[in-house]
Amino acid sequence: MKTTKDRLKRIVENFYLVLIMIFLYAPIATLMVLSFSNSKSRTQWGGFTLRWYGEMFESSTIMAALQNTLIIAFASALIATVIGTAAAIAINSMKPLPKTVIMGITNIPMLNADIVTGISLMLAFIAFGISLGFETILIAHITFNIPYVILSVMPKLKQTNKSVYEAAMDLGAPPVQAFFKVVFPDILPGVLSGFLLAFTMSLDDFIITHFTKGAGINTLSTLIYSEVRRGIKPSMYALSTIIFVTVLILLIITNFAPHWKLPGICLTGLKNHRRQEYL
Amino acid sequence: MSKKLLSGPYLIWMVGFTVIPLILIVYYGLTDKNGVFTLANIISIASAEHSKALWLSLGLSFVSTLVCLLLAYPLAMILRKRNIGKGSFVVFIFILPMWMNFLLRTLAWQTLLERNGVINGLLSALHLPSQSLINTPGAIVLGMVYNFLPFMVLPIYNVLCKIDDNTINAAKDLGANFWQTLFLIWLPLSVPGIISGITMVFVPALTTFVISNLLGGSKILLIGNVIEQEFTKGSNWHLGSGLSLVLMVFILASMALIAKYDKNGEGTAF
Repeated sequence: MKTTKDRLKRIVENFYLVLIMIFLYAPIATLMVLSFSNSKSRTQWGGFTLRWYGEMFESSTIMAALQNTLIIAFASALIATVIGTAAAIAINSMKPLPKTVIMGITNIPMLNADIVTGISLMLAFIAFGISLGFETILIAHITFNIPYVILSVMPKLKQTNKSVYEAAMDLGAPPVQAFFKVVFPDILPGVLSGFLLAFTMSLDDFIITHFTKGAGINTLSTLIYSEVRRGIKPSMYALSTIIFVTVLILLIITNFAPHWKLPGICLTGLKNHRRQEYL
Repeated sequence: MSKKLLSGPYLIWMVGFTVIPLILIVYYGLTDKNGVFTLANIISIASAEHSKALWLSLGLSFVSTLVCLLLAYPLAMILRKRNIGKGSFVVFIFILPMWMNFLLRTLAWQTLLERNGVINGLLSALHLPSQSLINTPGAIVLGMVYNFLPFMVLPIYNVLCKIDDNTINAAKDLGANFWQTLFLIWLPLSVPGIISGITMVFVPALTTFVISNLLGGSKILLIGNVIEQEFTKGSNWHLGSGLSLVLMVFILASMALIAKYDKNGEGTAF
């Protein structure tokens, strides 16, 4: 039986949930509304327009930045997935001591503050004589992506049964074939979620890109930063809205599509989670 | 044996782009322009300008962490009580903003707080005097809380979900009131999540330069801004590296804190 006190408590709780929700979403909603307003003023509704979206798609700087962002995210995620998966397999078969040392190094980019990672990479590129530009952003992104791939693949590897792999070899399969036919299907979900995670981390990064990019090249994040400091244009609102809706759709698919067995919410948790026990 | 070779590319990569870069920061931080060993870059943290920035950063990130904790704990408790499970839509709603590009989130607040921004527009529509909201320490705290709140909610929520209902019911059966259950059961059992949340908010808040730049204007300098400017505008990389070494002390301290209180990784965001 529900007493009045319980009911009152529930109302207070709902009120609190709604309050936090407004706090979290009101600013984003404001951006979205302003992106459709036919007036440069932030306080007056100037009628519905798609003008800013048109301006955005026509702007060559925004489109170039979008292209850079997507290429870097895809390439860095792909390379990080290959290097990271190979590393995870090797680490998994190592003795405890080297394993601990390597996992300790793996942790560094995740634990360190982005600003320190960014400037340390910038110093290294200059010391190695690599001029800052597209390649340096790509290398930097691969560097911070690999640990996320290793983190996603390791738990899956631990679940695999070593005897199955050995059985395949006993039956005459060469090691490479035995791996791809027997082990790889088992760790594939981990590899895929590692790739997706790396892709999103790369899309989202600003600080490390800020320090490792050269003049004349921008990703969406660095473009937004430089534009905002010069004064916000409504086309930035249009861009924000598109990014938000894209992220929303991607997350809903990964989290709620029944056949999609990727640990979506877990990914959400992993993101920016700086420390993970996985040994 | 061949398996171990697979880690080759990774090891080379990590040495080249993680270990050597960190060694370079230490090298730059401990030398001057002529490559002579010096502690001047680190000691300069004590200069009036730099220590002011450091104290301001520590103060603002402390306040933001506290506000995040006070907002997040009740939220996590309510979410757990509704027992909506990990894959639920409500939990999803509260961590979704974490996935928004954080420049956009900060940009949103800039739009709201500016002199001719949305909030002042609403105030003037109500014939109220306009407020100077942006370029204040308060605006920076607001930006930090907004950006990092989900990082506090998630670890606490995950730890709370692991607490057995029977423990709570036992406390209630034995006559404990709400506050007694909170302080004697809930809080002690959720320490790993709280510590994890605190470091996840405190470290990025302490090292940020974006939030202070966009919401704090050019007059309020945090330690992150000082370092960023040494590398992008000024060109004293030695000084910037020295100050980064000082920052790393705080990062290491919070890692040690986590290692002490969350040995089993209970406060992980999984």
